[in-house]
Amino acid sequence: MHRSSKFVLAAVIVFFVRPLFAQVSVKEIPFDSAPNLLKMPDNIVMGEAVGVATNSKGHIFVYTRDGLLAYTVGSSRQFGRGAAARLYEFDEKGNFVREIGKGIYAEAFAHTVRVDPQDNVWIVDEGSNMIVKFSPEGKVLMTLGRKPEDFAGIPGPVEEGQSSGGRTGGSIETQLLLSARPPVAAPAGGAPAGQGGGGEGFNLGPFAMFNRETDVAWDAAGNIFVSDGYNNKRVVKFDKDGKFLKAFGSRGKGDGQFEDVHTIQVDHQGNVYVGDRANKRLSVFDNDGNYKTGYINVGAPWAICITPGQHQYLYSSNSTGTTDMSDNGEIYKMELDGRILGKFGKGGKQMKEFMAVHELDCRTDNEIYAGEISNWRVQKLTLHP
Amino acid sequence: MGNRVHSLHKCPGSPASINRDFVRHCPSQSQPVDLEASMKRRFQFCLLVAVSLLTTHLFAQSVPEIAFDSAPNLLKLPADIYLGEAAGVAQNSKGHIFVFTRSGETQLFEFDQEGNFVREISPRNYSFAFAHTVRVDPQDNIWTIDEGSNMIVKFNPAGKVLMTMGRRPESAEGDVPGGFNFRPVLPGDTPRPAQPYSFSRETDVAWDAAGDIFVSDGYGNSRVVKYDKDGRFVKAIGSAVKGKEPGQFNTPHTIATDKQGNVYVGDRGNSRIQVFDNDLTLRAVWTGMGAPWAICITPGAKQYLYSSDAVGPIYKMDLDGHMLGKFGTAGKRMKEFGWIHEMNCNSENELLVGELLNWRVQKLELHPEAK
Repeated sequence: MHRSSKFVLAAVIVFFVRPLFAQVSVKEIPFDSAPNLLKMPDNIVMGEAVGVATNSKGHIFVYTRDGLLAYTVGSSRQFGRGAAARLYEFDEKGNFVREIGKGIYAEAFAHTVRVDPQDNVWIVDEGSNMIVKFSPEGKVLMTLGRKPEDFAGIPGPVEEGQSSGGRTGGSIETQLLLSARPPVAAPAGGAPAGQGGGGEGFNLGPFAMFNRETDVAWDAAGNIFVSDGYNNKRVVKFDKDGKFLKAFGSRGKGDGQFEDVHTIQVDHQGNVYVGDRANKRLSVFDNDGNYKTGYINVGAPWAICITPGQHQYLYSSNSTGTTDMSDNGEIYKMELDGRILGKFGKGGKQMKEFMAVHELDCRTDNEIYAGEISNWRVQKLTLHP
Repeated sequence: MGNRVHSLHKCPGSPASINRDFVRHCPSQSQPVDLEASMKRRFQFCLLVAVSLLTTHLFAQSVPEIAFDSAPNLLKLPADIYLGEAAGVAQNSKGHIFVFTRSGETQLFEFDQEGNFVREISPRNYSFAFAHTVRVDPQDNIWTIDEGSNMIVKFNPAGKVLMTMGRRPESAEGDVPGGFNFRPVLPGDTPRPAQPYSFSRETDVAWDAAGDIFVSDGYGNSRVVKYDKDGRFVKAIGSAVKGKEPGQFNTPHTIATDKQGNVYVGDRGNSRIQVFDNDLTLRAVWTGMGAPWAICITPGAKQYLYSSDAVGPIYKMDLDGHMLGKFGTAGKRMKEFGWIHEMNCNSENELLVGELLNWRVQKLELHPEAK
C-alpha cells in the first residue's frame, strides 16, 4: 500500500472511531461504598480528609485538615503555631488506633499521606513545605524540605530566582528557602568560598526545598519522587537516603511541563505518572524524568493511584470543585498505557458520591479508598466490574 | 574607619591551610605610627604573601581527614514526644544532654548520659518562641537563647529560672508584626542603634572564668556584648549594622571562650572566626573554615576549637588557628550532616552536633590516630 493511502485510511478510521469512543465506550463500573467506615472517638472530629492511605495490614491512615493554624509574634517576624494537620491511624475495620506525630514541627496544612512498601508512613504538608517519613511505630526516620521560619501563612508563589523581596526579617535560611531554588551543589573537597556580604556562597548541601509540594511516590529501588507542587512546577527525584538527584519539569503547557503538579505515582518499571490538574493531563515519564507520553482523556487528575499487583491498573479522579458538585466527580479505571477501562461515581454528598476527592489509595485491583475535602470523610469503594 | 590602622600579617611558619591573618588593631588615633616598622612590616607582608600563595594550596589539600563514628539511636524519645529541628544541644558535667528544639512549640528537653529521656524543662516558658541555641555553664546552669523572643534565660540545674536577659516584644507594641502601628523596616531606614540590654535575634552565649557573659547578637544587631556575671552591661563591639571590616560582623552566629578569657566569634555571613581578648579587643581573624555556623572549645588542659560549616566538614583547630583536621560531609544518613546548628565538645574526641534539616542530635566519636 502506498504511504499516502495508508495515511488516508488511518485518518478515516480515526475520524469515525474517535467520537464513538468518547461517547460510548467508557462504561460505568458498578460499585459499593462501605457504610460507617471510620469509627472516631467521641473527642475527635475528622476535618477535610485530604490524605488517605493503607498499609500492608490494611490499617488506614488519614491526614486531615483539622485544628487551627495560628501565628505568634516574634522579634522580627511571625511564627506558625498549631496546625491544620493531624495524622490518624485506624485498623482494618476502621477502629481508631492512635494519632501519630502529634504537635510535630512539620504539620501545618495537610496535603497527602502515602505508605511505602515497608509500611513507613509519609506525610506531605504543603503548609510547612515538608515531607516526613515515619516508621510503622511512628518514629521520625527522615525529613525532606524545610519549614519556612518566616511564617506568613501558606507561602505564596515565588518565581524562580526571585528573592523574598519586600518581606522584612527572616534569616538567611528563610530567604534561601523562599527563593525555592535548586540546591547549591556541594563543591568537591570541602569548604566553599564564603565571600561574605549577606551570606552568599553558603554551602547548603545537596538538599532540595519545596514550595507547596503535593505528593510522594517511590520506585522499586526506593528512590523518592516528589510532586512539587503548587508553586514549583516540577518533580524532584531523591535517592532512598534523601539525597537530591535531579528535578524535572517547568511551568507551561508543553510536553513535560506542568501547571499544577498535584499527584504522583510510580509503576513497577519505575515509570513516573504525574497528575497535572490545571493542564488536565496525566503525564508519564521514565525513571530519569524523560517525558514519554500524556493522557488527556480523563479530565483533571486530582488524585491517582496505581495498584501493586502483577497487572497494574491506574485510577484517576476527575474531582468536583470544593464547593460545586455539579461538574465532574467521576473516577476512571485505566490501563497504564492510557486505555480507559471504565468509570464510576459522580459529584454529591450522599454515599457513593464525591466532593473534591483529594487522594486515592488502591492496594487491590477493585478496592479503593477515597478521601474527600468537602465531605470530611473517607469512603471505601468496592468495584464490581 | 579612618581612625583605625590595620596591618595584615601572613604567618610563614604556620602549617595552616587557612590564611591566618593577624590583625593589629590600633584603636586610638593618637597612637604614633612607627614608619620604619611599617616599612619592615610591608616587606615582610609581601614576602609572606608570596610564601602563603605558594603554600596555601598545598596545605588546603593536606588538612588530614579525621576518622569518626556516630553513636546509633542516641536519644530515646517517649512515644508521644517528637524532636523538631535540633537547633540547640549542650551537655552538663554529668553528661546529661539538653536539646532546645523547634518542635510544634519550642521546647527544652533533658536526656541522661545514655540518651534516656529525663524530662521537659519549663514547658511553654514565656521566652520560648523560636529556639536558637542552648549552653550549659561550668556550674551546670542551663542557658536558653531564643531568637524569636529576643531573650536569654538562665535555669539552675533543677530547671528553675535564675536570670533573664533581654525582653520579649509585646504583641501590642508598634513595631512588631501583628502589633498596632506595624510598619516594616524599609531599605534606607536608619536602623535603631543597638541598646545595651536589648537583643535583636541574639544567637549564642559564652562565659569566662569570672562568670562574665558574652552574647553574640545576632541576626538583627551585628555585635558582641559583654555583661558581668550579674547581667550588668560592660561593653559591646560591633553595632546594629552589618559590616565586613575586622571587628564588624555579618551574623555573629556562634560564640565560645577559652580558659584565658579570649572570645571566639563565628562570623557566619563573613565566613570567618574573629578572636577577641577579654576586653573585646580584636586579636585575630581566621578564614578557611567555610561559614562557621557552630563552634565549640574543648575544656581540657590543651584546648581545641571545632568549627562547623552547615553541612560539614567540621574543622578541628588549635587556639592559634592552626588547622589540625576535618571530617564529615552533607547528607541525611548517619555521619552525614544537614545544617549543623550547634556543637558541644566536653572532651577532645567526643562531640554532640544538633542539625536543623535532619531533626536529630548525633554523638560523634573521633579517632584522630586512625587512618
